[in-house]
Amino acid sequence: MTLLAEPSCYSRLRNDWWCPEYVVDRREEILDATAQHLALTVSAVLLGLLLAVPLALLARRVPRVEAGVLGVTTGIYTIPSLALFPLLLPFTGLSATTVVIGLALYALTILVRAILDGLRAVPDDVRESATGMGYSPGRRLLRVELPLALPVLMAGIRVATVSTVALTTVGALVSYGGLGNLLVTGVEESFRAQVLTASVLCVLLAFALDALLVLVQRLLTPWVRA
Amino acid sequence: MNVLADTWAYLRDPDSWLGPGAMLDLLWQQLLLTGTALAVAVALGLPLALWLGHLGRGGFVAINVSAVGRAVPTFALLAILVAADWPGSDTLGPYGRAGLATLIALTLFALPPLITNAYVAMTEVPADVKEAARGMGMTGRQRFWRAELPLALPLVLGGVRLALVQVWATATIAALVAGPGLGRVITDGFYRNDYGQGLAGAVVVAVVALVLEIVAARVQRLSRPTDRRPDPLSVNPGRER
Repeated sequence: MTLLAEPSCYSRLRNDWWCPEYVVDRREEILDATAQHLALTVSAVLLGLLLAVPLALLARRVPRVEAGVLGVTTGIYTIPSLALFPLLLPFTGLSATTVVIGLALYALTILVRAILDGLRAVPDDVRESATGMGYSPGRRLLRVELPLALPVLMAGIRVATVSTVALTTVGALVSYGGLGNLLVTGVEESFRAQVLTASVLCVLLAFALDALLVLVQRLLTPWVRA
Repeated sequence: MNVLADTWAYLRDPDSWLGPGAMLDLLWQQLLLTGTALAVAVALGLPLALWLGHLGRGGFVAINVSAVGRAVPTFALLAILVAADWPGSDTLGPYGRAGLATLIALTLFALPPLITNAYVAMTEVPADVKEAARGMGMTGRQRFWRAELPLALPLVLGGVRLALVQVWATATIAALVAGPGLGRVITDGFYRNDYGQGLAGAVVVAVVALVLEIVAARVQRLSRPTDRRPDPLSVNPGRER
């Protein structure tokens, strides 16, 4: 036992990786970053979904559009995230909008494919029976095709969400990276507790959102368990 | 659009391409990083995944590797490696500062698509082909090399192609920890408020990504023998497939 106070685990002297004291002392900063991360991820996936549904439906009607849509979204996917944000910058400036639009474009690629695959998996005879029962195309889509496409669609949303959580960190380039901001400053100052805490929170956030989506899927498709 | 004019000016200036630390230098660094990381990942991951696929076991591992891989941000992994005592942010020859950390992070990042695709490709070889090969008296090794691998090859190469493009794209992230590669042009531009330079770096990285994707798609298509000659038994030989 020493009479001197032991330096805290995140002080320069110790710089431990694992440090609960850091989490307690800086909880506001950490919570803010996590909230920003969550907000960016959720708005990006929702925006991606909002764009993907009409695109996929259009692609399904017009085969020529399908090749174009798939080509363009695949092309976007090959552009590195660190490069996509600067490419958007002249239009949206240094703002959260840049990050949300960039991430939504990546989610779009996964989502359009998932919606198309899901709708394609609906058996033809089911579709024909619905038409025979007098369903209009719009009602048939909402009441028959979408519910049956839901498992494939939800799988796509899960993939898109988990990869968006990871990609959001790169938004740190324009200072809207949520936990990514903590990673950047953590690396600059070789501050280990911050780097590890932000990394762990990132992974936990991805798994939590994934679990939430699984739950939503169960509630939306009660017939699957029957 | 002032930024676009600045970008064009930066791209046209020979000084931004030539010399140490300029774009050609960084382009070479990033290609080297991408190639090395992909080669190591292929050497480590492919034999294992192909063998598991041949045995038809370990599907759980193959699927979960990609699920977990997607959830771990490469940037977080890189940050941890750079902040650690080893490999740290030391210079590694032509790979630049933080080179080894970047290489490790990229190799781990390349593994999931390689493993998942190779495993799925091997298990999706039609069961009757495997049975026929067994019926002809082929040993396990012969079945693997002469029946299963040739049929699985296009999909296996699809995984390599995916990994190549993703590793190239992700290698730019090294710049966020002051590491090597073209991402440096982007981050330096941002930190100096020279958005023209940032945008120029982004354009170069994106163009190379598209070129890599196109070349890889060509190579993958060559591995698909059925695309080059019409199937004599098909009902509709003239039809595009």
